[in-house]
Formats: sequence, structure tokens, C-alpha cells
Amino acid sequence: MMIRKALDLWVGFFVALGAGAILFLALWVASSATLAAADGYEVKANFGNIGGLKVRAPVKSAGVVVGRVADIRFDNESFEAVVTMNVDRRYAFPKDTSAKILTSGLLGEQYIGLAAGGDTVNLKDGDTLKLTQSALVLENLIGQFLYNKAAEGDKK
Amino acid sequence: MMLARVATLLEALGARVNGMVVRLGLASRFFWLMLRLSGTSFRRFHLTVREIYFTGVLSLVIIAVSALFVGMVLGLQGYETLVRYGSADAVGTLVALSLTRELGPVVAALLFASRAGSAITAEIGLMKATEQLAAMEMMAVDPIARVAAPRFWGGVISMPLLAALFSAIGIFGGYLIAVELIGVDAGAFWSQMQGAVDLHQDIVNGIIKSVVFGVAVTWIAVFEGYDAVPTAEGVSRATTRTVVTSSLAILALDFVLTAFMFRGS
Repeated sequence: MMIRKALDLWVGFFVALGAGAILFLALWVASSATLAAADGYEVKANFGNIGGLKVRAPVKSAGVVVGRVADIRFDNESFEAVVTMNVDRRYAFPKDTSAKILTSGLLGEQYIGLAAGGDTVNLKDGDTLKLTQSALVLENLIGQFLYNKAAEGDKK
Repeated sequence: MMLARVATLLEALGARVNGMVVRLGLASRFFWLMLRLSGTSFRRFHLTVREIYFTGVLSLVIIAVSALFVGMVLGLQGYETLVRYGSADAVGTLVALSLTRELGPVVAALLFASRAGSAITAEIGLMKATEQLAAMEMMAVDPIARVAAPRFWGGVISMPLLAALFSAIGIFGGYLIAVELIGVDAGAFWSQMQGAVDLHQDIVNGIIKSVVFGVAVTWIAVFEGYDAVPTAEGVSRATTRTVVTSSLAILALDFVLTAFMFRGS
């Protein structure tokens, strides 16, 4: 039989290694989940169509992730989607900032792109963005294209 | 004539089902008895520590090596498929999600069943065959408290740690192939992974899975050993049964758990 001290040492080593692996998974591999809810202010925006946008999708400005989508609801008064974004407190945006729903790559995930405006007053917690652009829906694009083609054909 | 043959067939079927139900009852009774008598494995913790050494520490090498290869294969195959759609950067997401959700807990548990579960069954079965368990009872030492419970708890503690190590090493293997060998951008690899993996949804659920698998595998292993026919043949049969039953149990439980955890997400 092994000496008890060596046994304890090995088991201690094993448990430390396992705990390290769990910490690695929780803090590094899943890091954004812990960072997202940290500190930020909420901004709302109404979209006519959000396409495939999901909760926890990134909010980017100039390509940099500045926040995440916190909530998506349907407003039964205006028949629009109300998207609540959680923007990191380190970043301040002018009041007339516009929001677009964009797609990363051809088949990538959808995200919200913020383009800063020129206002001197910054956005506060709970503000609503006035300028928004809905997601591009492929079917509508194709429909429009076909319609234009048909219109061209009529002229000839 | 025909009726009599049907009757014997039905009788054989009934006997099998009855036998299975009886064994299930025996196993459940054994499980509760083991839980009730678990005090010893924590009061004299070195008993459990010894079992963690045999089931956990000695499984480290096989877990680490297979995790590395599984991760590297995921990296290669994932890249081959994703590059067709121009999203090779997502290979990190693919590797991390498949490992933390499914492959880490399941493959680690399958390896654990064949590496440690079979050893537990063989050891307890042999102790029974050489009448060591009977000798303990003669000395007023309960073999369930002294032999079975520490092995059970040792396995239950080792399993989640091994599964977490499997996922972590597998992700590292995927990183080696995708980033170091193929040349996917390291920043994209990690950031896409971090954006997609959720702490509760993926990591915590994976750990819950591995705990459930640990309970199932060591319960089956300890019970089969304790219930083995005390002959050389009986022990060998019990060992085979442990590996077969616990592998099936892992896969079936994995389906049930997955259906509950990831439904509609």
C-alpha cells in the first residue's frame, strides 16, 4: 500500500487540477456571460423587423463590442419590436445615435450596429433611439429585385 | 401443442422481466443502504481519498490523452466543414460547445466506466469471492460502510473533475489544431467561443450531467461487484455487465438530461 502522504499529495494535485479546469471553463471559455451583466446603461430602440436578432447578441460600434441585447419584446401599440440594449458604461453616445441591425458575414449572427450622431447631449439610462434601420430580409430583397426587373421589362 | 409452446415462451419472458425487476429493487435497496451508511466515508475521509486516487488520479492519463485527441479531431473536422461556409472562425465555438455540452461529460463517463468502474467491480467481486467481505462482517465491520460507500463517493467526486478536465484539455487540443496548425486567428477563435458559450446553459449543465453520470456509473459498479457470484466466472461476468450496463445508462441518461436542459433554446 502507498504511503498516506504521497496519496494525499496526488489526490490534492488531482482535485486542484479539476478545480482549475472548472474555473478555466467558467471564467475564460464562458467569460462574456460574466462580463455582460456587469455595469451598463439601458437604451431602447424600436425596429420594424429584427430578422434573426437574439437576446445576448452583441451591440457594436465601429466593429467594437460595446454592449449586448438584453431583451426583445413586441409592442402591441405600434406593432414594432422593442429591443433593449445594455451598453457598457465606459462608452457614451450622442443622443441622435442611430441603430442598424447588421449581419456579420453572409451567414453569420446578427448584431446591432450603432453609428454615433453629432448631438452634444449624451444618451442616458432608459433613453430610446430615434433613428433605426430594420434587418434586411432576404425574401423582401429578392421580391424587390424581381419587381424592378419586371418593371424594366415593361419599359422595353 | 402450439399453445403449450407459446406458454413456455411467455413464461421465459415473464421470468426475465421478473428477474430484472428484482435486481432493480435489490440495486435500489443497496443504494439507500449505502447512502445511509455513508457516514464512515466522511468521518474517516482517508478511505474516500484512497478511492479518489484509484478512480480519479489513475484515470488522469487516459482522460487527458483521449481529450486531446478528441479536441484535435473536432478542430480538424469542424474546420473542414465550416471553411466551406466561410466561417472558419466559428471553429472555436463548435469545439467548445460540443465538448462542454456533450462530449466532455459523456466520453469522460464512458472512459471512466471502463477504466474505473470495471476495476471497482472486479475488486469488490474478488473480495467477495475470497470471503474478505464475510470476514469483515464477522468482525462487526459493515462491508457496505467500509468497502462500498467510500468507493461510491470516491467515484462521485472524481467524475465531475475528470469531465471538466476533459473539456478543458479538449478545447486546448482544438486550439492547437485550429490556431497553431491551420492558422485560424487566435483572437477570433477565443472571442467567438466566449460569445457563444454560456456559463449556466453550457458549463453548469455539463457539470450537472457529469455528476449524474458519476452517480450512475459508480452505483452500477459497486452493486455489480457486491452482487457478483463469488467465483472466477461470476466476477468476470459482473465486470462485463458493469461496463455494458453503465455505458448504456450513460447514453440513455444523456438523452434524457439533454432533452430537459436544452429544450427550446
